[in-house]
Amino acid sequence: MTEKRTPNLLVEPNKFCPGCGHGIINRVLAEVLEESGLADYAVGSLAVGCSCLMMDTFGTDWVQAPHGRAAAVAVGLKRMRPDCCIFTYQGDGDSMAIGFSETLYAAIRNENITAILVNNGIFGMTGGQMAPTSLPGQRTTTSPKGRDAGTTGQPLNMVDQMKHLPIGYLARGSVASAKDINKLKKYIKAAIETQMNGGGYSMVEVLSFCPTNWKMSMEKSVAHVQNTVKNIFPVGEFVKNGERTDA
Amino acid sequence: MTQNHELCKGCGYCILQCPKDALSLSSTVNRKGYNVVDLDQEKCILCAICYTVCPDSVFERVEA
Ligand SMILES: Cc1ncc(C[n+]2csc(CCOP(=O)(O)OP(=O)(O)O)c2C)c(N)n1
Ligand code: SF4
Ligand code: SF4
Ligand code: SF4
Repeated sequence: MTEKRTPNLLVEPNKFCPGCGHGIINRVLAEVLEESGLADYAVGSLAVGCSCLMMDTFGTDWVQAPHGRAAAVAVGLKRMRPDCCIFTYQGDGDSMAIGFSETLYAAIRNENITAILVNNGIFGMTGGQMAPTSLPGQRTTTSPKGRDAGTTGQPLNMVDQMKHLPIGYLARGSVASAKDINKLKKYIKAAIETQMNGGGYSMVEVLSFCPTNWKMSMEKSVAHVQNTVKNIFPVGEFVKNGERTDA
Repeated sequence: MTQNHELCKGCGYCILQCPKDALSLSSTVNRKGYNVVDLDQEKCILCAICYTVCPDSVFERVEA
């Protein structure tokens, strides 16, 4: 039986809330970087949100970008250090609201970086405001009666924005079961491999939990992703080795 | 399976996902103030699902 050890890249206990999906995604990313021999060659780009709590606990090098601009900073890093594994790690508020342009243009230019975009349907760190990914009818502090898609539009589907582009790899996974987490690890591994093989832009969106701002128990949070969020944001691999999979 | 109870935040995700009902919330509270998780070795099949789902790296599977 193989051992299962906490990756050394998790240098300190994380600072996320109980049951937060970021903790799971952090561990999976740390496993992939270590297993790929990239722990000492990986540099992450962070902007705002709960992902910034990783600066002290996740043992790669980091660069702090301005709000939303992690992809632009990552592109600069990659152009200067093509030997390094360069990734962004951002929430949906950060990467898809304020940073929509930087996130999408890195894909449009097929920049050789990896983006990890955590979709928890809300602005977590600032106390639960509506995000581009909030579901129709979802109650948040800025949509107390539920998101009205008539005035705010439909949720932003970043995979749909990117899947027609000539990029290297595109997938959406989830943290809502052990099976999903194992698949997520394969997606992140494929994304990082794409980058290190010079295969162009790679992005993995992750459906995650924010039990604190959802004001949901763990049980309800898991059911919410499985039964509701996945219907609006389907999971799977959408582009592999530069080819559409038609998932 | 080994557990580092001091890392636990009592979220209960492992309890929900354990296929053998080997995990339960205990009355013991760690230094952070969270109720930690009891593991019944008799029921455990070492599948490591708890390792996979725990956001806080409480579990490890080590060679016996
Ligand atoms: C320029 C600027 N505007 C606003 C903020 C406030 N701010 C901090 S975190 C955040 C949103 C984070 O939400 P998300 O990216 O979804 O990440 P989460 O916390 O949910 O993981 C905002 C708006 C900021 N730090 N800087
Ligand atoms: S506010 Fe939400 S996203 Fe941020 S650490 Fe807490 S549960 Fe996680
Ligand atoms: S290893 Fe499997 S059976 Fe044992 S406690 Fe963990 S989840 Fe349950
Ligand atoms: S999943 Fe981890 S943090 Fe949550 S209750 Fe279980 S052991 Fe504790």
